[in-house]
Amino acid sequence: MDRDLSGVLADPLGEPSEPPAPTTPARRRWGSVRASRTHPVVWVPALLVALAMLVPAAFLVVQASELSGERIQQLVTAPETLRLTGRTLLLAGSVTGASLLLGVPIAWLTVRSDLPGRRFFAVATALPLVIPTYVGAYALVAALAPGGLVQDWFGFRPPSPYGFWAAFTALTLFTFPYVLLTVQAALRGLDPSLEEASRSLGRGPLVTFLRVTLPQLRPSAAAGGLLVTLYVLSDFGAVSMLRYSTFTRAVYLQYRAAFDRAPAALLGVLLVAMTVVFLVLEARVARDRGGQFGIRGSGRAASRVPLGRWRWPAVAFCSSVVIAGLVLPVSVLVSWLVRGLRGGEAFTAVAGPAGRSLLVAALGALAAVACAVPIAVWAARSRSRLARLVERASFTGYALPGIVVALALVYVGIRTVPALYQTLAMLVFAYVVLFLPQAVGAVRTSLLQVNANVEDAARMLGSSRLTTLRRVTLPLARRGALAGGALVFLTALKELPATLLLAPTGYDTLATRVWSATTEAFFARASLPALALILLGSVPLAVSMIRERRERI
Amino acid sequence: MRTPRRAAAVLAAVALLAAACGGGDTADDTATDDATTDGTATDDPATDDADATDTDAAGDEATEDHAAAGDAEPLTVYSGRSEELVGEVLAGFEEQTGIPLDVRYGDTAELAATILNEGEASPADVYFGQDAGALGALQAEGRFAALPDDLVELVEPAFSSTTGEWVGVTGRVRVLAYNTETLTEDEVPDSVLELTDPAWSGRVSWAPTNGSFQAFVTAMRVTEGEDVTREWLEGMLANDVQVFENNASQVEAVGRGEVDVALVNHYYLLRFTAEDPDFPVANKYLPGDIGGLVNVAGVGVLDSSDQPVEAEQFVAYLLSDDVQHYFGTETNEREFPAVEGVEATDLPTVEELDPPAIDLSDLEDLQGTLALLQETGALE
Repeated sequence: MDRDLSGVLADPLGEPSEPPAPTTPARRRWGSVRASRTHPVVWVPALLVALAMLVPAAFLVVQASELSGERIQQLVTAPETLRLTGRTLLLAGSVTGASLLLGVPIAWLTVRSDLPGRRFFAVATALPLVIPTYVGAYALVAALAPGGLVQDWFGFRPPSPYGFWAAFTALTLFTFPYVLLTVQAALRGLDPSLEEASRSLGRGPLVTFLRVTLPQLRPSAAAGGLLVTLYVLSDFGAVSMLRYSTFTRAVYLQYRAAFDRAPAALLGVLLVAMTVVFLVLEARVARDRGGQFGIRGSGRAASRVPLGRWRWPAVAFCSSVVIAGLVLPVSVLVSWLVRGLRGGEAFTAVAGPAGRSLLVAALGALAAVACAVPIAVWAARSRSRLARLVERASFTGYALPGIVVALALVYVGIRTVPALYQTLAMLVFAYVVLFLPQAVGAVRTSLLQVNANVEDAARMLGSSRLTTLRRVTLPLARRGALAGGALVFLTALKELPATLLLAPTGYDTLATRVWSATTEAFFARASLPALALILLGSVPLAVSMIRERRERI
Repeated sequence: MRTPRRAAAVLAAVALLAAACGGGDTADDTATDDATTDGTATDDPATDDADATDTDAAGDEATEDHAAAGDAEPLTVYSGRSEELVGEVLAGFEEQTGIPLDVRYGDTAELAATILNEGEASPADVYFGQDAGALGALQAEGRFAALPDDLVELVEPAFSSTTGEWVGVTGRVRVLAYNTETLTEDEVPDSVLELTDPAWSGRVSWAPTNGSFQAFVTAMRVTEGEDVTREWLEGMLANDVQVFENNASQVEAVGRGEVDVALVNHYYLLRFTAEDPDFPVANKYLPGDIGGLVNVAGVGVLDSSDQPVEAEQFVAYLLSDDVQHYFGTETNEREFPAVEGVEATDLPTVEELDPPAIDLSDLEDLQGTLALLQETGALE
């Protein structure tokens, strides 16, 4: 039934009917026409979720407010603070730029071209995402450092794996799939008729790509880019290992070493402020220009663009990404495993931790998707400022270092819901705070690809608002929910500080196993759970991508 | 193909979880009201929850012991020492006393911070950390209960808090780990102060974010003074000291010849040689030098513990001859027993080490050390 309704409705409206919305003040006012049409069943939960997501940031503000105004000014204007801010913005900006340069072409190659091994590359280029940055960075050092594995095996000395370029390379390799995945999803949803029109008017494939395809990808690329940017802001593992100090590292060191929390909290507040800057930037870039094209129409697959003599260079390009981001780290892990097996290392079974990882990451993904749907529906279908504010508020936890969020939830959790403290519920809540934007972004993008007129038509045909929501909007959000859920699952699987502090006592997961073994230098013992982690993460990613493709055919 | 059944299932899941999320929200909304009230009565639910998960985890040793011990309440231990290091020892406590343990493993500093954030409602009964600085910080916040004298007196005074609020369990000594293919022991300096010599330019590594390293710098500030320490730090930086994340990665780097000498704790090497007997690294001890500081792993009972008797039993167990002997002799990561009269094998005696005379409680001024490290640029 659902299928029929949305399918039938989508077709007759399969042409760009609405010009880019003029940003007249009237449309932007609180309680505009559209906002008033949003059912409370959407905006009430959205508002509640957003409030809950602000808990850690609010906690930081409260903690930081213990400082005198003078001390605040002194800390904010300290040369170190400024230097760290500069370094952090440089890294976040360049990693995001590089991720777009890698992610968009690879997405296009794997979805729309006749790249040899297209299916394989579609999955393999996304897989670096399953490698935790602390493991990936460790593996890069082990492989590339002077006297490391590469020098051992191949006899030449690769460039130094430390400093800005190292952090830049590692973070780009392990986070660009955020762009890749969101853009791939958008490409699969595009209506091919626009490109066909462009081609029939005599435009070449390159011009068509730049003038027709690329503008349509802007919202999804921006959404993926934002995930990358904020991930870099919050990352601790890779930058520490690769010796590039960022703001998060400073916050983290303060939190760990200094028991005077107020200055650390202030740095956290500054980090949130940086997040806001990026959120505003993204909103400008992504401002719904895609809406003018954005109707998923006929459900026809687009014809594949032949690459001609670029086929093999394209293969080389994709292969090098797979080798650096996946083959290299996995080889290092395998070499540790072999070393351990030879040395008679007693490996403990990983089935228990794997099961626990699986359970809590799956719960985290489900909860995040459930919380994301109302926010995304509201943000995609309403022009009210409040809706946009709520969507943006849901991002604050994502850019904060995990340890900051975890300690805030320790403080708040034990005082407000002691019965839930150190239970799975608490940990799942932490995952939602930390990773919600991944789900919101995916669901919102999938909704933006379908013009809101579909819902209007359903209303005109006599459906109530609630029925329309249930039978038209939510089914349309399903593709995004699946992709977003897979992303959250992957990230939760790798998460460390919140898991260490908030999981039920004794609830060890693969990530905590890896951590506990590597901090004590038991690399062989770390290799098995790390490989299991990568394997577990790969399965849902591969399955969700393969399923999605099958649906398009 | 999309089926109505699947859509319904997705909807049901969404509805269910939306309800769950909503529940979380309301709880948070009421947060501000409760935040000021003292959560003294909150220990029980937390312990019960932990208990419930224990029963869920199949094959968990604690569960069996729990059953065997009847109704004994589990004792909650926050351990900054990893399961790899102390799991076996802690299991021995359950066996010996019938008291089940709930052990939360984590990072020493993070767990100390967690206890401070939890406040009086902390489920933890015992804190077992591997850095005098973190122990000192909990002591400074008044979170430890005083230990009985007979326990405190067992331990070498140099290994404990001066006021008897926590005791050392084992000592770890700072050494210079060096590559045996490029250096002989004689060529390695007898003092860390000599490492600022241009001859060592680019050949030495440290881990400025590491707790043990920071404790060592604190000790240097205490014994040699602020100026000497600053000068040394600047000299090391000028000498292109290589920065690593932790001791383990340093020892690994020495092993592959990336650096020649590393400032680390003595016991990391033993793990590498356990995996690879030909690992080309050796430790040089630094008797009489500040670089040879002995730091401790230590334990204290929390003032908020509702099982102080069992908690003290736990401390007594860690100081028992068997356990001390185990740490000093039987494991791959041998450490110095803190109890007087117990010796370690293959390690120098404490007399031979001649560690700098430092009151470990003085290592608490981490803030000052961090400030100095930041000022000199050592933390970048």
